[in-house]
Amino acid sequence: MKKWKWSNLYLIAVFIMLYVPIFYLIAYSFSKGDSMSNFHGFTWAHYQELFADTRMIQIVIDTLLLALLSSLIATIIGTLGALAIQRTSRPVLKNTVLSLNNILMVSPDVIIGASFLIFFTALHVPLGFMSVLMSHIAFSIPIVVLMVLPKLQEMRQSMLDAARDLGSTTGQVLSRIIVPFITPGILSGFFMAFTYSLDDFAVTFFVTGNGFQTLAVEIYARARQGISLEINALSGVMFIFALLLVIGYYFIQQGAQSRKSRKKGGALR
Amino acid sequence: MKKNTTNLAFYVPYGLWLGLFVIAPVLLIIYQSFFDIAGHFTLGNYATYFESGTYILMTLNSVVYAFIITALTLLISYPAAYLLHYTKHKQLWLLLIILPTWINLLLKAYAFIGIFSQDGGINSFLGMMGIGPKQFLFTDFSFIFVASYIEIPFMILPIFNAIEELNEGFVNASRDLGAKSWQTFTKVILPLTMSGVKAGVQAVFIPSLSLFMLTRLIGGNRVITLGTAIEEHFLVTMNWGMGSTIGVVLILAMFLIMFLTGERKRKGGRAS
Repeated sequence: MKKWKWSNLYLIAVFIMLYVPIFYLIAYSFSKGDSMSNFHGFTWAHYQELFADTRMIQIVIDTLLLALLSSLIATIIGTLGALAIQRTSRPVLKNTVLSLNNILMVSPDVIIGASFLIFFTALHVPLGFMSVLMSHIAFSIPIVVLMVLPKLQEMRQSMLDAARDLGSTTGQVLSRIIVPFITPGILSGFFMAFTYSLDDFAVTFFVTGNGFQTLAVEIYARARQGISLEINALSGVMFIFALLLVIGYYFIQQGAQSRKSRKKGGALR
Repeated sequence: MKKNTTNLAFYVPYGLWLGLFVIAPVLLIIYQSFFDIAGHFTLGNYATYFESGTYILMTLNSVVYAFIITALTLLISYPAAYLLHYTKHKQLWLLLIILPTWINLLLKAYAFIGIFSQDGGINSFLGMMGIGPKQFLFTDFSFIFVASYIEIPFMILPIFNAIEELNEGFVNASRDLGAKSWQTFTKVILPLTMSGVKAGVQAVFIPSLSLFMLTRLIGGNRVITLGTAIEEHFLVTMNWGMGSTIGVVLILAMFLIMFLTGERKRKGGRAS
């Protein structure tokens, strides 16, 4: 093959490095032993154990529910925020708001966690589901804003003017023109918010009390006690889930792109 | 007026969020840093921080670790992003880079507990090569390695985006005008993709200062970063004042990094 370059070897090495730990983890979820060494033969036992572990199942459900709820609310507030930023005409104010928006994006997790802990304690908000939910909404909002805002800026003012000239009310302009136009941005924002929430450990670790656990916090607690192949089985399940999410995200992106370059009319579904 | 009320609906929730969850927490952590463990107003936390050598040493240590992690990820990621740009199925490869970031960080750390353990993957591999088992877990090396592993995608993404935006014409022009590959790289490609490098450094360096779960699980409490110290003070010793003081230091470090790297680009992936 003439196309083959040895530089590809480097890329392949990087990919191997990225995936070896993940597959190592998953491979041992099928091992009969009880540690991550010396593969002892194939078994589904750890998966059975996982699905029989009602506490773990409850935590998975809680985590998903939390991610869904927080990303939904964050998407609504973030989209409204993006619309608000778009409407702001004074550049100084706009830039200030944008900088403030980015603070939570770049802040280390421990700072977000610690400062929210102080905040909730000062307001006497009990630590638990509500405090975790509020934190997740809070740190997901900026990414939604950043996903929606470029879409709003792409929109041509003339479309809005045309709609208004033809007699649309503000509400109609919003629901008939603006929202359909920025929907890909809103979906991307929702998706990112969802993964932020699923992925988060540190912030949750700070603001959760004893009553409420998310998956990440539970894994941390168990990993500190040592190896349990039930976690390996869990990561196998999570990997499949992440794979589905990535594929879903890919199609959203593709859909957005084909809508943008609407050459043949039919959007990819 | 109707227009005003609809405008209000846009501004109020977002404005509330800005006030309550962005500005208030930062102010609170600064405020808290002036109180000692018994709740008295004091400047003692800052005095302790600057006078006892351990805190300064810990901060410097943390910065050095973050620096090594960032340099290592940059070294691995830049060529990877560059080569990625020239692959055929770019989007697919990119997706494969992103996929590991969707696996929970804790699970990845947990994988390395297995790989680095006494009879884990690396040691059995070394055993096959005829080298005796070595201690990997709970060393500086393992912490740096795992942290770099976790951060690599967040470095590749912004650099990849910057290379995508690079106008191929400049590269060709430089070659036509007789520049060697190395010259083209240092004089044309690198400066034009600097924005991506800066964004990547920002996305890796700041979280690297605060990866307390890795220092606990992989570093075995041998490595102490700013993040570990904050977690320790907030959740273990309950000395929130001192924890906040270190938090303020971390915030200052963050602003310094943002100032040095410019804050134009947003991060490619999640908040880490």
